[in-house]
Amino acid sequence: MSVQELEKIFLSKIDQEIKIEPKDWMPDAYRKTLVRQISQHAHSEIVGMLPEGNWISRAPSLKRKAILLAKVQDEAGHGLYLYSATETLGTTREQTITDLHSGKAKYSSIFNYPTLTWGDIGAIGWLVDGAAILNQVMLCRTSYGPYARAMVRICKEESFHQRQGFDILMALSQGTPEQRDMCQDAINRWWWPSLMMFGPHDSESTNSEQSTKWKIKRMSNDELRQKFVDMIAEQVKVLNMTLPDDKLKWNEETKHYDFGEINWTEFWNVVKGNGPCNKQRLDARRKAWDEGAWVREAASAHAAKRKMREETKEEKQIA
Amino acid sequence: MTKEIIYNYTLHLADNALILAQRNSEWCGHGPILEQDIAITNISLDLIGQARSLYQYAAEGCEGATEDTLAYLRDVRAYKNCLLVEQPNGDWAQTILRQFFFSTYQYFLYQRLQQSADATLAAIAEKSLKEVTYHVRWSSEWVIRLGDGTGESHNRMLNALDELWAFTGELFTPAGYEMEAVKLGIGVDVNEIKGEWEQRVNEIFAEATLPSPTTEGVWMQAGGKTGVHTEHMGFILAEMQSMQRAYPGCEW
Repeated sequence: MSVQELEKIFLSKIDQEIKIEPKDWMPDAYRKTLVRQISQHAHSEIVGMLPEGNWISRAPSLKRKAILLAKVQDEAGHGLYLYSATETLGTTREQTITDLHSGKAKYSSIFNYPTLTWGDIGAIGWLVDGAAILNQVMLCRTSYGPYARAMVRICKEESFHQRQGFDILMALSQGTPEQRDMCQDAINRWWWPSLMMFGPHDSESTNSEQSTKWKIKRMSNDELRQKFVDMIAEQVKVLNMTLPDDKLKWNEETKHYDFGEINWTEFWNVVKGNGPCNKQRLDARRKAWDEGAWVREAASAHAAKRKMREETKEEKQIA
Repeated sequence: MTKEIIYNYTLHLADNALILAQRNSEWCGHGPILEQDIAITNISLDLIGQARSLYQYAAEGCEGATEDTLAYLRDVRAYKNCLLVEQPNGDWAQTILRQFFFSTYQYFLYQRLQQSADATLAAIAEKSLKEVTYHVRWSSEWVIRLGDGTGESHNRMLNALDELWAFTGELFTPAGYEMEAVKLGIGVDVNEIKGEWEQRVNEIFAEATLPSPTTEGVWMQAGGKTGVHTEHMGFILAEMQSMQRAYPGCEW
């Protein structure tokens, strides 16, 4: 079959909402886009363990400690599903991780901000996971089968994550004046970076158009961002807190909240590596990987020895 | 008197679980292999769960206490965990060996604690034993893998043994409240489980091609069970308790 014919079949599947599976023919650019996006997503889960992991040892109660630990562990699990999804496209986990460590592959910039107080753990759950969920719910319907299925599993856990974040902030908002300050301060620092998570404006987004045609993406950056603002602007009232945007206002005409302009200079700066924790995050990942090298080598050396012993045993039995 | 013995004995069991959980949780996000990052976090979660059940029970016997006041508002001298669990993570070999020594001990301990005259402790032991059985299996497999892996991993296991062996004697040296608890039929006589523990350690070490550790003529450190800890303990608590100390009396 010619490439043109294969491409025709591929596009007709996309049209008919039939999932593309690993063994199906797909355009190189589709595969490349998916590898880039899924691995970036996987890295975000793994790097995302660090800012929250920063508070496991200091969680203020045993219950909170257990919940946070379980949550960060879930993220490791999400990373695993996603690395596996990348492997179905022919890229090994090692290769994907090497690309992260070399700086070639990106991860969500949000994780380059520091977690300074316990309030930040609440804000991450509520805002960061809240923003991630909107994106991930959309991705449950993405055109590549293994990615869509990984997302279905991930979404189930993410909604628990968002609730636990909101619950932390709820406790703070009902606490002492110091706790209320901690809550508002965390919201102030995480609000704008959370809005940045949806990426550049549609007009500036280089990968969006093709991804939409291939139904990898099913909603635009700005559409998702608006949905997020509308949701959070309501939820913040329950906390009796405010969002740090004096332009935030309900618009009767559009039936959406208007909001202020994102600081795009900051956005691009953090993407380029100049965020407050870019260096620390990558250093931590590289350190874990490098210091784990001897462990991985020992595990495969032992597995090889085992295999050899079993084979010798079998040979003897046959003889 | 009986109440105080149960209280101290329960705290001792709880502190062991919590401090090892705290140590293990330091690995979360930094493990050598993603699957093992998840595994060690799981063990940490199991141990926190055990600690919580035990603290909640201990709190019943103490006016105004909760699981959190017991975990967050006692200082070093009041903590009754053994020295082994407070030792730093070191490399993966040290973490693995510490887990293997402790889980094997906890396995034989909980096995007997299921017959405790104290129904709550017996129930907690029974429930926890399922988890601990897995911890023993997981850590044994890793001891074997590292001992019988590469030259480097073998040497790192020897080094871990050097670091940790002196803290194993305390596991089988009963503190006053343990002996009292045994008399009441509530606690386990740790002398009784020493033989089984040594046998299991020797079996796994043999499979791991590691030399059998010897107790004879080796000095064993003790003191943790009565609150005389290594200097690490102060820093563990300083970190763990920092929020409760900085913001006293808050709900979280």
